[in-house]
Amino acid sequence: MVESTIAVMTIFMIIAAIIALETTDLLSAVISVGAIGVAVSICFLLVGAPDIAITQMVVEVLSLIILIRATIRHDLTTINGDREFFGLTVTLAFLFLFFLFGLRAFWSLPGFGNPVISQFPEAPANRYISSGLSETGATNIVTAVILDYRGYDTLGEATVLFTAIWGALAIMRVFSRKKRGNKNEDK
Amino acid sequence: MRINEETGMSLIVKTVSRWLKGFVFLFGMYLTFYGHLTPGGGFSGGVVIACTFVLLTLAFGKERALGKLGKTLSSVLDCSGALLFLLIALAGIFISGVFFENFIEKNYPGKVFHLFSAGIIPLCNIAIAIKVGASLFMVFIILAVRRVIEVDGKRKLISTEFFDMPERKVK
Repeated sequence: MVESTIAVMTIFMIIAAIIALETTDLLSAVISVGAIGVAVSICFLLVGAPDIAITQMVVEVLSLIILIRATIRHDLTTINGDREFFGLTVTLAFLFLFFLFGLRAFWSLPGFGNPVISQFPEAPANRYISSGLSETGATNIVTAVILDYRGYDTLGEATVLFTAIWGALAIMRVFSRKKRGNKNEDK
Repeated sequence: MRINEETGMSLIVKTVSRWLKGFVFLFGMYLTFYGHLTPGGGFSGGVVIACTFVLLTLAFGKERALGKLGKTLSSVLDCSGALLFLLIALAGIFISGVFFENFIEKNYPGKVFHLFSAGIIPLCNIAIAIKVGASLFMVFIILAVRRVIEVDGKRKLISTEFFDMPERKVK
């Protein structure tokens, strides 16, 4: 049941991705990207990861709103023009090559519901699952891992977000403070 | 109807948003505060809180949302959330000697499934929610609320909200 639903969702995602690439209307492309995100969220929910599903869904909604407001509202862009034959051939050849590698990788994966950590008892993830509740006191094991065992990683992630946002804010500022001060002096 | 009341969307959207905005904000706070007990956490709770202000911006116009969470306040909240997270991590060094040590849970273990349990984890969730909510709202404002202004004879799309832009030549 779960595997067949995930297969259907995967086909839906592939179709939506093709639509997002091939359509000439920018609004349709953005909406197709949003449909991919919703399907990914449903897949996360089906395999038993509600934390990631919630995060994926809300981030998808927010990014969809930002994409629509930021790209669609002011400049309606349509993309047209034919693809070159050589470029298309090379793209298809590389896609086939990556498909072969991906198939090989998927065959080497363990079965569904039978994770790798069950084959290695000394893996750290086993300790997180067995003694996470008694060591951290958090019943949500995901939060226990990301904020207690791997808190350093979360700090790095927060730093990346902080730096990226302040860098973007500094770039989006068109007039520097010094320049604006000079203009005020001119007046 | 005055021009100021015409900003934002239609009356239906405004009424529904007026009813829903509190519940959306409450859901974000629930995700944050109960992140160590149920699915959720600081990041998703912060995004939902940011979505509340995005809803206000879309439904009522940017003046209303920026009146509730202005540019100075959101900058201060962003920085203070990041600093609070770092301070909690550093407090582990000074109290227990290990970076990111869960010193509250070590010294005062809480009861399982209670709100005040798991030591520093709820505090970290709150800090991350403040930081993520404020910073994503800033990103939304700076990317989505833009104006066309004329710079040296060319029409340019720029974000005028976050930094005190001169109000000249605004179309």
